[in-house]
Amino acid sequence: MLRTNLTHVLSEQEHSKLLQENENVMICCGRMGPMCIPVYEVMEEIENDYKNVKFADMEFDTPDAKVIRNLPDVRGFQGIPFVIYYKNGKVVKATSSIQSKDQVTAILDANFGGK
Amino acid sequence: MENHFDVIIIGGGAAGLTAGIYLSRAKLSALILNEGAIGGQMVLTHEIANYPGIENISGYELARNMKAQAQKFGCVIKSNVKISEMNLSEEIKRVVVGGKDVFTSHAVIIATGGKSRTIGAIREDEFKGKGISYCATCDGDFFQDKEIIVVGGGNSAIEEAVSLTKYASKVTVVHQFDHFQALEKYVEEAKNNPKINFIMETKITEFVGVEKLESVKIQNQRTNETTEMKIDGVFIFIGYVPNTEKLNGIVELNEREEIVVDENMSTNVKGVYAAGDSINKRYRQVTTAVADGTIAALSAAEYVNNYKKELSLATSD
Repeated sequence: MLRTNLTHVLSEQEHSKLLQENENVMICCGRMGPMCIPVYEVMEEIENDYKNVKFADMEFDTPDAKVIRNLPDVRGFQGIPFVIYYKNGKVVKATSSIQSKDQVTAILDANFGGK
Repeated sequence: MENHFDVIIIGGGAAGLTAGIYLSRAKLSALILNEGAIGGQMVLTHEIANYPGIENISGYELARNMKAQAQKFGCVIKSNVKISEMNLSEEIKRVVVGGKDVFTSHAVIIATGGKSRTIGAIREDEFKGKGISYCATCDGDFFQDKEIIVVGGGNSAIEEAVSLTKYASKVTVVHQFDHFQALEKYVEEAKNNPKINFIMETKITEFVGVEKLESVKIQNQRTNETTEMKIDGVFIFIGYVPNTEKLNGIVELNEREEIVVDENMSTNVKGVYAAGDSINKRYRQVTTAVADGTIAALSAAEYVNNYKKELSLATSD
């Protein structure tokens, strides 16, 4: 389990349940490494501001993370974390490698209609 | 005033957090304003094995511990902020965040640290995470049995080139000079590794690909000849640059854009101190950042206490 204060997605079933129960979802799939930690920190920080979005993480090396690793949207990605933004269960945006707070909030505002 | 502090610390890496710990413990009000994630370059280190008193710890854990320690003493920390304006020349220093939130203080410690240097080649940003990486331990396993380039000639580049041979079938070190800056023992180890070859006096000028990186254009620095080389990935380790671009004209910088400080970490501006990787110094380690942060905090504390003393004498006269 990743050492963050985010909701942890531990299995394919939990991933599917999360998408069913929430309209807007952002999942950061990574490790406890230098490119991933800053993204978790951004998510933890903005979680209270974006009540309309469910923020979660998933361990990149867990076998069930294939639900993210095998998405067509991440084809060509060669840097962790893989961050996926879902609306009504569908991927609306995916990013690879480290992202700043400005980059993350710009995606949230554009796809989920702001705070 | 809610937004007034004794000391504002700009930067939340090892130097800034240490300054926060010292100042808060000395019962001075301290605010850390950090533009990125807390921990700075420390977080980029997977394992720290030479921090005195701690045999082994990840950079992330050490940063988290320092942050908790600073907060325990009362230090206020705001991370992922955008500093839009700084006026540090007056007695009351003024820092504006996000164009609207104004914070003031008697003293300021600048601990903005450094960031990985980029090549500046065409489409470099576009292929970040899609073939270009700045972290071997993070992304090395995406290049199992693939051919990669490592850019750089210092210790990090040569060490990481060797470590990446665990994954890659071939590692080509591309370096702009005709000699390495790395220690001879690291260069020897790389030269003895059959998976590693070297292209010297050459720079990458452009990254090429559709969905992900497919090739690079490289230019020989002596002949100016440009050739295209098919490649699966490029790892860049060409050192760090100080985060001082917003400080031009505010404090004195040297020719390497580092903040000039004296032995007390004082800058050329009264009441403004600097510490950590952004100052003029040779060795950049967590331990040296911690030492700088301590000195800057003690200097700033003395300055603030004297200022308050003078102020109370003036008002009692």
